[in-house]
Amino acid sequence: MSEKFDVIVVGAGPAGTSCAYTCANNGLKVLQIERGEYPGSKNVMGGVLYRQQMEEIIPEFWKEAPLERPVVEQRFWMMDKESVVTFGYKGLEWGVEPYNNFTVLRAPFDQWFAKKGIEQGVLLITETVVLECIVENGKVIGVRTDRPDGEVFADVVVLADGVNSLLGKQLGYHNEFRPDEVALTVMEVINLPKEKINDRFNLEDNQGCTIELFGDSTKGNLGTAFIYTNKESINIGVGTTLSSMIKAKLKPYDLLDYLKTHSMIKPFLEGGESAEYLAHLIPEGGYHSVPKVAGNGVLLVGDAAQLVNAIHREGSNMAMASGKMAAETIVEAKSRNDFGESSLNLYREKLYDSFIIKDLEKYKDAAHTFETHPQYFKEYVPMMNRAASKFFTVDGTPKREKQKQIMRSITGERGTLKVLQDMYRAWKAVK
Amino acid sequence: MSTKTIEEKQYLIRFKADKKSHLTVLDHDVCMTQCPDKLCTIFCPAEVYKWEGLRMQVGYEGCHECGSCRIGCPYQNIKWEYPKGGHGIVFRLA
Repeated sequence: MSEKFDVIVVGAGPAGTSCAYTCANNGLKVLQIERGEYPGSKNVMGGVLYRQQMEEIIPEFWKEAPLERPVVEQRFWMMDKESVVTFGYKGLEWGVEPYNNFTVLRAPFDQWFAKKGIEQGVLLITETVVLECIVENGKVIGVRTDRPDGEVFADVVVLADGVNSLLGKQLGYHNEFRPDEVALTVMEVINLPKEKINDRFNLEDNQGCTIELFGDSTKGNLGTAFIYTNKESINIGVGTTLSSMIKAKLKPYDLLDYLKTHSMIKPFLEGGESAEYLAHLIPEGGYHSVPKVAGNGVLLVGDAAQLVNAIHREGSNMAMASGKMAAETIVEAKSRNDFGESSLNLYREKLYDSFIIKDLEKYKDAAHTFETHPQYFKEYVPMMNRAASKFFTVDGTPKREKQKQIMRSITGERGTLKVLQDMYRAWKAVK
Repeated sequence: MSTKTIEEKQYLIRFKADKKSHLTVLDHDVCMTQCPDKLCTIFCPAEVYKWEGLRMQVGYEGCHECGSCRIGCPYQNIKWEYPKGGHGIVFRLA
């Protein structure tokens, strides 16, 4: 394997394959290395794939990619123990071209996507772990794999090695995470006949629904749960920051079972058959946790660069966009034949000038605010539920009096000043 | 049926276990003397870690390779590597 390539991409998830595909499409000689048996075999996602960033790589991909359902409805649930306050949006414009987003199952999707890269000329090697980057005179010049004689060289190495990014840590581009910078998420794929899914979620065959659940879905801990509809299965999952999981001494699978048997959720799953159980970390440190993304002969993309917007559950789109930006940078660097840090830093500029870092910057204090002020998930969600129950229960009390009672009970519980402080703090964190 | 226990959940997954563990507890005495809660036995999503009174049993064969134990161990007492290429967990769906 001691051949030299233009680019080595480590990892075959959405970031790595977007980069490999775009590089090959521009005539570069690309080696992509995946540690799993096949692309997708190590990859986990709740299941929402955004159309825009994928289409910028493969136009009209929905005509051939293995997708589940185009999402036409996004619901948000503020859940208490035996009640829920809901809101959401359903729009049929999302159900027709060009679509907004789709539910997907990652193992089939990632295999398909990697195959598209191979068709562009990418050489994909699976079942191979990259043990370290080979650094010479301060420049990354290749990688060492766990294959015999497994050294291979390139002008640029792209680290798309996912949330744990051991390679990024080896290079000293970021430190080990703190437990509050990652969310531990577990999920199950539960098979259900198509008709049942359509009936229970009020959908037609080629329509999907997503529900994000807050509050009692994580027993009030900082995190969210989700229910996404596939063609003939449902993905149901729950995650909290690892620090919250540790602090509350929660077993993630117990939390998942709590969710599955919750009175508000159980009817959706009735008669379902579990098909797979999956655990994964999500990099949720946001803006402050983004490492150095460009170095001498090396770029970091996707989860390896911590590009996840936890508030909007966007990640795969940022992975794809960052992979494409990295590829475009490499193509330009190739024309200058300069793969040094200042040349590759163009990638950083592209990233920071795009929606990716702009969105992460917008929410840079959100995770910390909600982590250090647990009242939003623990107290306000139940409060909202009690307020809704009171307001909508017809018991002869005049509505104005009800409003007063609700306000009194909210300010009475936490104090007027504290409530105002809480509201201001939350607004500041997401404004 | 939908699963109820972690054992049932783990049965749903395909694993191609290596002969050698990719997870190593560096010093079992640290678990014994400094870590009364044995946190990894709680938050590990696959119940890989089980305390046996004197040492930590590591059921690496059922590991999801999520990385939580490496980050969550308060004593950085777990050496965490990827399983050999092609080994470890094989997700078939999501």
